[in-house]
Order: sequence, then C-alpha cells, then structure tokens
Amino acid sequence: MGFLSHIKRDYYAGALMVLIGLIAANDGRGYSIGTLRQMGPGYFPIALGIILIFLGILIAATASTGGEAHEEAKALPHNEWRGWFCIIAGPVSFIILGKLTGLALATFACVFVSSLGDRHTTLRGGLILATCVTVFGVLVFHYLLKIPMPVFKFGLS
Amino acid sequence: MIATALQDLWYGFGVALEPHNLLWCFVGILVGNMVGVLPGMGPLATISILLPLTFGMKPVAAILMLAGVYYGAQYGGAICSILLNLPCHPPHAVTCLDGYPMTKQGRGGVALGITVIGSFIGASFGITEMIFLAPVLVSVALKFGPAEVCSLMLLGLLAGSTLARGSPLKGVAMTVLGLIIGICGADIETGTPRLTFGILELYDGVEIVALALGLFGIAEFMKSVNQDIKIDAKYAKVRVRDMWPSKDDMRVAFFPWIRGTLIGSMCALIPGTGPTIASFVSYATEKKISRHPEKFGRGAIEGVACPEASTHSSVQGDFIPTMSLGIPGDTVMALLLGALMIQGIVPGPQLISQHPDIFWGLIASFWIGNILLVILNVLMIGLWVKLLAVPYKLLYPSALFFVCIGVYGANNDMFQVMLTILIGMFGYVLLLLGFHPAPILLGFVLGPRFEENFRRAMLISRGDITVFVDIKNHPISTAFVGLSVLLIAVQIYLWIRRTNWTALVKTPKVPVTPSEAEG
Repeated sequence: MGFLSHIKRDYYAGALMVLIGLIAANDGRGYSIGTLRQMGPGYFPIALGIILIFLGILIAATASTGGEAHEEAKALPHNEWRGWFCIIAGPVSFIILGKLTGLALATFACVFVSSLGDRHTTLRGGLILATCVTVFGVLVFHYLLKIPMPVFKFGLS
Repeated sequence: MIATALQDLWYGFGVALEPHNLLWCFVGILVGNMVGVLPGMGPLATISILLPLTFGMKPVAAILMLAGVYYGAQYGGAICSILLNLPCHPPHAVTCLDGYPMTKQGRGGVALGITVIGSFIGASFGITEMIFLAPVLVSVALKFGPAEVCSLMLLGLLAGSTLARGSPLKGVAMTVLGLIIGICGADIETGTPRLTFGILELYDGVEIVALALGLFGIAEFMKSVNQDIKIDAKYAKVRVRDMWPSKDDMRVAFFPWIRGTLIGSMCALIPGTGPTIASFVSYATEKKISRHPEKFGRGAIEGVACPEASTHSSVQGDFIPTMSLGIPGDTVMALLLGALMIQGIVPGPQLISQHPDIFWGLIASFWIGNILLVILNVLMIGLWVKLLAVPYKLLYPSALFFVCIGVYGANNDMFQVMLTILIGMFGYVLLLLGFHPAPILLGFVLGPRFEENFRRAMLISRGDITVFVDIKNHPISTAFVGLSVLLIAVQIYLWIRRTNWTALVKTPKVPVTPSEAEG
C-alpha cells in the first residue's frame, strides 16, 4: 500500500491545487489586470488561479471513499526512498560534474548513481553500465552531434 | 476531389521518399518499435527524449521521425502484451486478455501474425480517412474567427482532460495547471514577465523539453523503479514461419478487423478518445456480438484482431484534428505539435496550405512506415522477442542520461536540467496524489494560443463575453460551447451515479503495470 490513504490523498491533492492557484493569482495581481475588452497581462493568471482554487476545493470536497479510487490507490508505489533518491541524485550529479569536470565524468556519475536506485543492481553491474553509456554518450553527443561541452575539463570556466 | 487528393499524395510520396526524410522516418519507426517492445518504456517518454535531437533537423524530417516513434511503438506494444502478458502500453492492455492465452497454447505466432495484418488494415483506413477528411475540416476551419478557435480549444481541452483515465475533476485541474505553466514567461502583447518569480532564465517560459522530460521521464522512472515487473519469457519463442495464420484463422479474424477499424476511426474523431479507449470499446463490442462470448479470455482470435485493428486505425486518425485544426487529441499529439512549434511552424488550419510538404509528406510516410513496420515485425521477430528480456535496471539509468544531455543540448543550459529535475519531483508528487499529469502538456501547448485568441475575441466583441454563445453570429462557436457543457453534464451525471466513463465499457480486469503515462 502507498503511504497515503485515498481520502487523505484527495485532501492533499485539493490543497496543493488551491496553493498553486493562490500563487498564480497572487502573481497576476502584480501586473495590470485590464478590462475584459482590453485584457492586461494579469488577467489570465488571476482567472486561471481562481479556477484552480475552485477546482482544488471541489477535489477535496468530493474526496472519494471507495470504488475506482480505491483500485487506483492500490496501484500506487511503495515507499521507495532509495530509488527516488538515486534517480534525483543522478541528474544532480550530472549538473555538478558537468559544470566542473566535463561530459565524460558527468555521464558516468549520472548513470552510475541512478543505477544504484534499483535494488538488484550490483556495484559491478552499475560500473559496467556506466562505462558503456559513457563511451557511447561521448562518441555520439560529443563527436557526432557536437554538443558544446568539453569531454574533460577542470574547474568552473 | 479524389484526383486532387491523389495528386497531393503523389507529391507527399516525393517528399517522404527523399533519402534524408526516408532515413529519419526509418529511424523513428525502428526506435518506436524497439521501445514498444521494451517493458517499461513508452512512446511518450521516447518522443520527449528524442525531441531535443530534432531541433537541428528540418521540420519535415523531425515530424516524420517523431510520428514514426508513435505508431511504431504500437506495433511493438502488441508483442509485449501477447507474449508476456504485460500491458506496458495502455492501448494494448486488452490484447493481453486473449493474446496471452493464445501464446500459452503455442499459438503466439499466429496471434502476432493476426495483429500485424490487422494493424496494417486499421492503419491504412486511418490514413485514407486522413487524406479525405483533413482537407474538408480545414476548409471549414479556415472560416473560424478567434471566438470559434477559442471554444474549439475549450472543447478539446475539456475532452482531453475528462475522458482520460482517472478522476475527471483532477484531469481538468491538471489542464488548468498546464495552462498556468504555459503563461510563465514574457507576455506576448506587452512583454511583461509573468510568473517568473524574478528568475531570469524563466523569461522565455518553461521549455517544453524540460516539462515533458520531467513529467514523462523523471517522474515515470521514480514511479517504476523497483516495481519488479515479473518477466516470464518461457512461452516467448516465435519463429517467422509460425506467424502465418491459417485460412480458418483469417476467416475468423476478417470481420473483427473491419469492425475494429471502423470503431477506431470513429474514436479518433472524438477529441480526447485516443487509441486506448478505442481498443477497450472494440473488445467489448466484439465480445458482445460474438456468438461464443465464452471463448473470450481463453485465446479467441477475435479478441486480438479487433482491438489491434482499432488501435492502429485510431492512432492514425488521431493525426487528423492535430494536423488539420491544430487541436491535439491527446498528449502524444500535443508533444508533436510542440515539436512543430519549436520549428517555428504555427499549427492550425493554414498548415496544409502553408506547409504542404509537412502534411502530405507525413501522410505518405505513414504508408511507407507501416509497410516497413510489417516487414520489420515479421522478419525481425526473433530480435524483438530477445529485447523483451532487457531488464528495467539497465534501461532507466541510460534513459536518465539521455534526459540530462537532451535537455542540456537543447539550449546548452544547465538551468534547464535543474528545472527538469524539479518538474520531475513535482510530477511525482502529483502522481502520488492521484493525478495523471498527461493533460498538463495539453494545456501547456494550447495555453498561449488559447489566451491570444481569447483576448482577440474579447477585443473584437468589445468585451462582450456572450460572443461565444451568440447563436446568430457565431453558431459554430455556440455548438462547441454546447458540446463542452454537455460533456461536463455527462461527467457530473456519472459522478452522481458513482461510475466512471471507462466503467461504461464493461471490460474484465486487466493487470496493472507501473509504466503507463499516456492519458
């Protein structure tokens, strides 16, 4: 089972939509709203924000108690902190190493770190996969598609 | 009319057969077929990953390739369903019901053969429909003013969000969220930066690549990791000569093919009902009219032939509103429109006359692509079957690298990669909260045009909002608004009855697998 019961889930879902609606509407207040005939840049964000707030309230108010919603809740993933962390950490290391050390190490780190998210991946398996993808990636993206990112470099520049 | 259509088609073949275009079309269907077979990868994620690569390409080649991925994946998805009982691709989920029992009886090859022939019939009809229907739609749509365009978009957005899977209310919320994300960036008319929160990189708006790869890449991987799809490939042995169906099989499958094709092509024309709904409806219909309904679920050929033909006919038909009106029926189509817009091409009814090479080249490439796919799927079936065994733990880390390098390469900007990661995390939160994020893209792609046309309509009508329902001067717009209201009314009625739209079509339970982003 997921860690949210489906009723609570709908409350949170509604609250999130209300929050986003508030942000949009609040941001729209910063610009001229204009009239219906001559709409200013603020008109649409405010209108959409209000609609979203309304929808969020409706979602929370109609929080379903069973039936189909229940079926869907079952299909929700388990707590998978390791997988989640590695999948986020992979691209983050791509950004950091890409800025600091160039394409090759960034690619290697991205694939290696994210591959550790799977419970069945061994250290060795991850290293082999990362090496293969790095060789492929450098060949294709640096030499073939000429993405302007040095293969190796050192430091911010 | 037929003569001009044939002439245009001839011209289209000229475009599609240019070596450069032919090559990319082939790359597209090959990649599509491959990811269709791979459990855990869908056409949506693949098209998003390939999107940045198309920036440097010519528009025609780009659209031929991306479209090829989409229909190529449908051929591959059927293999996955029939041989492994894995409904990795929602449109093929029902094919499992009878396809897998056939495989267990040792008739998996025949099921695949029936599928390939049915797919070709369905696709051919869908393409023919597009050749004749699209110009008709265009001639009507060219007369649309801003009010009509607006209400048509409203209908498209509502249908796209409420008819998809899951709660319709949440679907609409996702569409509105997409519209809001689409607003982000400098305002078209005044240049005021909106919803940028002072971040300079957001002044150009959110990149479609970052949005698509965040939602359908990173969020999907977070959802699918460690789900341990059990792959049981012990029946998955098919040789080319097993694939020829016998005469009896052909006779049984013939009418289901035709019925599936017709149902699929009808579903394609209703906005929001894509191949998934088409295949469910056709399976249910076939079971209902069959004289031996008890055979279904135990390896009935009809249960494979009908939904597969209907999926393919609907997939091709999906391109009709997208290419002729500029209104995408589902998320994949929204992505394709986004790809066109990146190339500086404005989608809409003027597309066929302004860029005949794209439209007719695309149609011609459908024919070429489908013929190539039939050949590929018969000759290379052994390779596809081997691909089924590629584990997810090798797939997603490699795909993540493609996500990073693709987003970076689009603008040579690491900020976009960061944005993709954030959108991915946000998208996963949405998934956890029971939202299907697919309609976000629909709203995002249509948003700016919707706002522009709405503002223009208001300007013309001097701020009179009733212009949309002005029967005398804008009957078409009124009809669209009426349909939208009807759509909402039906949804409310169904909600009171506590049934879902999809529950109307009584289909047996289909096993659920993690990866399915398509709405």
